[in-house]
Amino acid sequence: MGYNEKGGAAVSTQVGELSPYVIPGKDLAVTVGDRTDARLVGAPGEPRTERLYRRMRFIRRFEENLLDMFDQGLLNGTTHACIGQEADAVAVIEHLTADDHVFSNHRCHGHFLARTGDALGLLAEIMGKPEGVCGGIGGSQHLCAPGFMSNGIQGGIVPNAAGIAFAKQLDGGAGVSLVFIGDGTLGEGATYETLNLASLWQLPLVVVLEDNGWAQSTPSRAGLAGDMRDRFTAFGIPAFEIDSTDVEEIGSVAGRALAKARTRQGPVAVIIHTYRLCHHSKNDDNRPADEVASRWELDPLELHGRRLEPAIRSAIDAEVESALRDVIDRALSL
Amino acid sequence: MIAARAIGDALRAALDEDSRVILLGEDLVDPYGGAFKVTRGLSTDFPGRVRSTPISEGTVVGVCAGLALSGYRPIAEIMFGDFLTLCFDQIVNHIAKYEAMYNGKVTCPVIIRTPSGGGRGYGPTHSQSLEKHFLGVPHLRVVASSLVHDPAVVLRALLAQDSPVLLIEHKLLYPLHLTLPAGGRIEHDIAEQHLSADGLPTVSIRPVPREDCSFTVLAYGYQAELARRVLARLAVEEEIFGELVVASQISPLDWAPVDASVSVTRRLLVIEESVEGFTWGSEVAARISSRFFGELRQPVVTAASDPTVIPSSKTLEARMLMTSDRVERAIRQVAA
Repeated sequence: MGYNEKGGAAVSTQVGELSPYVIPGKDLAVTVGDRTDARLVGAPGEPRTERLYRRMRFIRRFEENLLDMFDQGLLNGTTHACIGQEADAVAVIEHLTADDHVFSNHRCHGHFLARTGDALGLLAEIMGKPEGVCGGIGGSQHLCAPGFMSNGIQGGIVPNAAGIAFAKQLDGGAGVSLVFIGDGTLGEGATYETLNLASLWQLPLVVVLEDNGWAQSTPSRAGLAGDMRDRFTAFGIPAFEIDSTDVEEIGSVAGRALAKARTRQGPVAVIIHTYRLCHHSKNDDNRPADEVASRWELDPLELHGRRLEPAIRSAIDAEVESALRDVIDRALSL
Repeated sequence: MIAARAIGDALRAALDEDSRVILLGEDLVDPYGGAFKVTRGLSTDFPGRVRSTPISEGTVVGVCAGLALSGYRPIAEIMFGDFLTLCFDQIVNHIAKYEAMYNGKVTCPVIIRTPSGGGRGYGPTHSQSLEKHFLGVPHLRVVASSLVHDPAVVLRALLAQDSPVLLIEHKLLYPLHLTLPAGGRIEHDIAEQHLSADGLPTVSIRPVPREDCSFTVLAYGYQAELARRVLARLAVEEEIFGELVVASQISPLDWAPVDASVSVTRRLLVIEESVEGFTWGSEVAARISSRFFGELRQPVVTAASDPTVIPSSKTLEARMLMTSDRVERAIRQVAA
């Protein structure tokens, strides 16, 4: 018989070559210093009314500039602007603290800017620059900053946000996990699986549903049976619902919802019926022109801007304009 | 010790050693203790950290992603490997993406364990080896349990690194005793353990010195056990000597021990239970054929199950799956 090797080899400790896990731009990433600008997010102590307006104006003008830059061929890929929905981002995020976490979706710029104020990081990211918040890998839909993440797949972020809520429950801290979804996301099964589990485990999860009436080109009435609120209450999740583009009204409802979530008795939902004043991504809008035009009368910047002294409003507009000019110039110089 | 118990003990040790480890899955909680009883006793000893979940595989894995992004070390159990289809979006578009698409700002170290494979008559949707659909997903490790790798060593290595992992456990291995290398031997065979840079083992088993082996067999999981038995018998009865290389991490594959063996034997057979076509074996064959072009004594042979559904009928199942007989036929083909 052939068992002629004496003793056999001892357990080897030689090191092998596994295929490396290369992150494509990590070695190129560049951190730029303080990325927030008081002209965009407001100086500490600025009256709340002015701050809310300033931040909405910041988001609006950022997105409008972005669309211009796309038209000029300065940007790569695609984008989903939230023009018309700025009040949701600003009103909700106003109630968050550093302990909380925000998960957002494909239409995430407003949420990101309201949460971080980092216009340069976002613009550089969309431009594919190493100075972008994710080194240019993520681009428009895949952003990460302290207390903020976004991803471009419908529905899948909801269980991820629930997992972060579960971690916060296990940690025993004060924070909540908040996730922004759209009316189109209500078509995804992962959303309902998560509502069930989060309610069952009483996770500190806040689901903010921005119903802008249109899932890309499909109106809600053609994609959605039944009632939006019932989808949450069926799982025992209280739903705070508002049909408004007024940042103050939305803020009031969001404040009550967040206060409820912080009692840590389980998830809550916030349903905001709003409207997207721009196209879905770029130059793709087949909605009735008169419908869009009528909704411009409810432009959140106008509704809230009327509360400001005209001189103050103009001053804020000018500050936002000059700050964004600086951001764009700097991003273009990178 | 049988594999199911050894895996359970490894999970227990992980829970014991690191409070960040959380186990989630369907029916994990005692007295049931999981469909294959791997987690029996753990929910009693680690209440709150070992949880039964609703039947929502995608969301369970998605919740694990959120836990992992928050610094926890979640381990999900998917009751049958067939149900991995329900987790595909989370694995491919969320879990395996986060670290890279956020440019390394976060890690998402989720481990997904799942019993896979046929041979129990469970039929088309409870018998498959679907891991081939996850091979080559960037940033995902696919690891397979076997009887020659210590589950405690494997799990500790996986928990010590930050990439997400799909951990395949063939269900026919659960009641079998581990046959770990000891003193350079497994039973009568010479056994050499190679560790990857990440501490994941590949075990090479041969009845005679490598120079006297005329072919190499690469396999994982239950197919590796079938191949080991056939090779041991052929060595004794017919003096057919081949070296068996058993990988724990199958994607990305640790090529060093494969190359070391094939460079000497210059013949390779790759065996797996997945259905044939666009398989693990195809990738290995392409890589080895390229690496050893002109040196191989014959083309790489691959063996896999027939490309059809897995019948419930015992007779029909045995006709299409990789059984011991088919493993032997494949070995004779490469040894000829």
